[in-house]
Amino acid sequence: MTPRRGMFLAGVATLCAWTLVPIYLIALGAIGGEAVVNAWPKPALPFAFSVTALREFLHISGVWTSALYSVAAALLCMVVSIVLGAPAGYALARYRFRGATLFRLFVLLTRAFPVAILALPLTVGFIRLGLYDTPIGVGLMHSVLAMPFAVLISASLFQAIPRELEEAAWVFGCSGPMAFLRVVLPLALPGIAAAAIFAFVISWNEVFAASVLTVRHKTLTAYLLSVLSESPLHVQFAGGFLLILPSVLFIFLVRRRLFSLWGIAGR
Amino acid sequence: MADIVIDGVRKDFGAITALAQLELRVADGEFLALLGPSGCGKTTLLRIIAGLETQTTGRVLIGGRDVSTLPPRKRGLAMVFQNYAVFPHMTVRANVGFGLRMTGADATRIERQVARVAALLHIEPYLDRYPAQLSGGQRQRVAVARALAVEPAVLLMDEPLSNLDALLRLEMRAELKSVLREAGTTTIYVTHDQTEAMGLADRIAVLYAGRIEQIDPPADLYRHPRSMFVGGFVGSPPMNFLRLAHTDGVVRLGGLRLTPPAGAPETLVLGIRAEDLDAARAEDGFAFEVRVSEPMGSHTLVTGQLGVTGQLGVTGQLAMAGQTGGQPMRVIVAANTRPTPGSVLHLAPRLDHISWMNADTGTALETVV
Amino acid sequence: MRRSVLTPYLLIAPATIFLAVLFVVPLLQTVALAFHTGGSFSFGNFTRMADDLNFNDAVANTFEVVLLAVPLQLALALGMAMMLRHVRRGRDIVLWVWSIPLGISDLAAGLVWLAILTDRGYLNTLLFHLGIIAGPQSWLTYETPVALLVAIVMAEMWRATAIVLVILAAGVQLVPKEYNEAAEVFGATPWQRFIRVTLPLLRPSIQTALILRTVLAFEMFATVMTLGGRNFPVLMSEAFNWQYVQQDYGVAAAYAVVVMAVSLGATLIYLRVLRTPAAQLS
Repeated sequence: MTPRRGMFLAGVATLCAWTLVPIYLIALGAIGGEAVVNAWPKPALPFAFSVTALREFLHISGVWTSALYSVAAALLCMVVSIVLGAPAGYALARYRFRGATLFRLFVLLTRAFPVAILALPLTVGFIRLGLYDTPIGVGLMHSVLAMPFAVLISASLFQAIPRELEEAAWVFGCSGPMAFLRVVLPLALPGIAAAAIFAFVISWNEVFAASVLTVRHKTLTAYLLSVLSESPLHVQFAGGFLLILPSVLFIFLVRRRLFSLWGIAGR
Repeated sequence: MADIVIDGVRKDFGAITALAQLELRVADGEFLALLGPSGCGKTTLLRIIAGLETQTTGRVLIGGRDVSTLPPRKRGLAMVFQNYAVFPHMTVRANVGFGLRMTGADATRIERQVARVAALLHIEPYLDRYPAQLSGGQRQRVAVARALAVEPAVLLMDEPLSNLDALLRLEMRAELKSVLREAGTTTIYVTHDQTEAMGLADRIAVLYAGRIEQIDPPADLYRHPRSMFVGGFVGSPPMNFLRLAHTDGVVRLGGLRLTPPAGAPETLVLGIRAEDLDAARAEDGFAFEVRVSEPMGSHTLVTGQLGVTGQLGVTGQLAMAGQTGGQPMRVIVAANTRPTPGSVLHLAPRLDHISWMNADTGTALETVV
Repeated sequence: MRRSVLTPYLLIAPATIFLAVLFVVPLLQTVALAFHTGGSFSFGNFTRMADDLNFNDAVANTFEVVLLAVPLQLALALGMAMMLRHVRRGRDIVLWVWSIPLGISDLAAGLVWLAILTDRGYLNTLLFHLGIIAGPQSWLTYETPVALLVAIVMAEMWRATAIVLVILAAGVQLVPKEYNEAAEVFGATPWQRFIRVTLPLLRPSIQTALILRTVLAFEMFATVMTLGGRNFPVLMSEAFNWQYVQQDYGVAAAYAVVVMAVSLGATLIYLRVLRTPAAQLS
């Protein structure tokens, strides 16, 4: 190993550490509880490994329920964005039709837009429809965020599956929808699952719109935001840790498809 | 201008040996083709010479200088890639002048060189265009121009014509040959197409499974293949190989009595090209049963098998002929002849065009001249 | 296969309708809301917005963070993408670790850095052990605006570089390695290869990454709220405040329009400056 290579690897390791250490530190704060958080100077390892802090946190009124609301909104977001987005992606991949470029541009436009800001006018609309302050409303709002990703991911997914496979199915007796179900869908399923997970994560993490659109039935992010100035630190850290955990897990699950998540062809 | 020496170069990819201890010398100004099927190691060898891959052991010397540990840019080479690798974000002019710019040549020299090679490769009209606006053949010329512009000591070419269609390939081959002859640069040219190698090279190195099977000028390679692989790979259609037995220093083939080289084993292989078989009388030749007749315009290619039936009435010969019969072979006959499937032709090989091979090792036996 | 001409339109219809209702309509509503006070067209909301104490700070702060964080992130992500090319074993793991922040909410990212930068936090512990400071120091207060700015930029860089990295890494993969090899053979040093071959060929990816990242940057909200709270107003936090706390939907909409305009402006700039000339496209 040459010195240059050694330096290079050290650089890589440093960047990895830069990413991981802060997460470790908040985990410390979450697990260590009040004692660790208020300790000065801070220990590098939790001397009291207690789940009680977390459990305490979860028992604080509102946290557990808000986590559930987050899950509900995220599930709705996932379902809506995939159910509406995947067919659109298929259309973009397989058909040449007038307006295809326009539609693609439209979808891209929504990605390059501060979508969360639209929660503001939607407040009024949702109030009228009775969707204000419900996880359903939040989920729908988040679907607007996630759908462009769903469309573009499925488009690149379906594009990667050779058209000839479907054509072969037709030649050998399948109808259009049957060929899709038997040939294309099984091949596309892993990618669509990844897109679904990504939609879930987007919703789970979103703060602004969730905060604007909820009052009493807050999602986890909205709840944490609202108690920022009032809660003791260890509670906030526990909340942050709870926020991070599922997301990191999900990103691990979709790690092979990270590139296609941005609608880019590639690995 | 430089000579190249490959000294004991070996390349392993994990447990797989791509190149096995190669020795090779290329003379200054020589055009050497590396010919072989996919996976034989020819591209690996080229990339090792270029410095794009590192050999596991062995040295590469260019112009007497050991370049084995030098990066590509310090080796004094130029290369034409299979997919041209012409930079899409630069004009043709910028592409052609790239190598000169990188080595810090002054603007007047760059301009002069670019103009010179552009004229040579007939790409002057495209100098200010971008590669995206050119056809494949034009891009290929740009790649060659870029390589020639730096006046390299060694020119490496990795299957540069393989992405062109057949007609274009033929035209470019001729152009390449004349341009490179004028330049006189030492050239190593990788290809799997034996007609390309035959047409372009001063010498051809035939590679197979990481080893050099034979290095010779094209004509010698064609006439005196050193192994069954070379005989079968070079030339179209491939050389015929007939497995024959020999007793008492004589090989019987139909009505023929052939003398194999001294010290030949009991079973040996007779190699003869399809165009080196002439019509003969039954008693002076062997029987050939026709299966398929393909009129090629300039000749007829007849595919069939060595006749099972021997001469009538001679039991011994019949028995012997039966041992060797049934082997597939091809023969080229005149265009106006159309042998019908099932018919029998009597053929005799031209004696000075026979290649005797060892049946077990596949290598050539020394011919009795 | 006889396929109805209608099929593609039927397939995109649900998504289009959904986005039209929940994206286009609210968008127009926002613009309409911003330019109306008391039922008639006016700039009242905008004047209210501009007269507010926090407005200038919000604009300044937002732009400061964006102008600092985005270029730094681009450079860092480019470096990381280039490093990835040379990692042989474990490349997948490294890429995964570096992408973890993708899945982290900006709120969580803010909390993470709060844990580090708070008075009794880990940074101070480290500095204390190194003997640089005597006791707990405040970095995130009103009295330390520079430190606060740096903290927010750091948090944003930690959180969002992954977004740029993933796009760039995908783009790097799309560049055939032969271009680099050709440049190498023809005499270019590694730095020359990077500047003259890799970067130009990465331009489309850089454009995409910058557009996405800049728009997200102007939207920054939760990171700032956790670390700075009311000490560091930005455009989105003011919008939130006017909407949710002050209940003045008009001014909030005015802020929204400002954010949209700024994002759109940045996008147009990127589209123009980083476009690939038509002649280079096949």
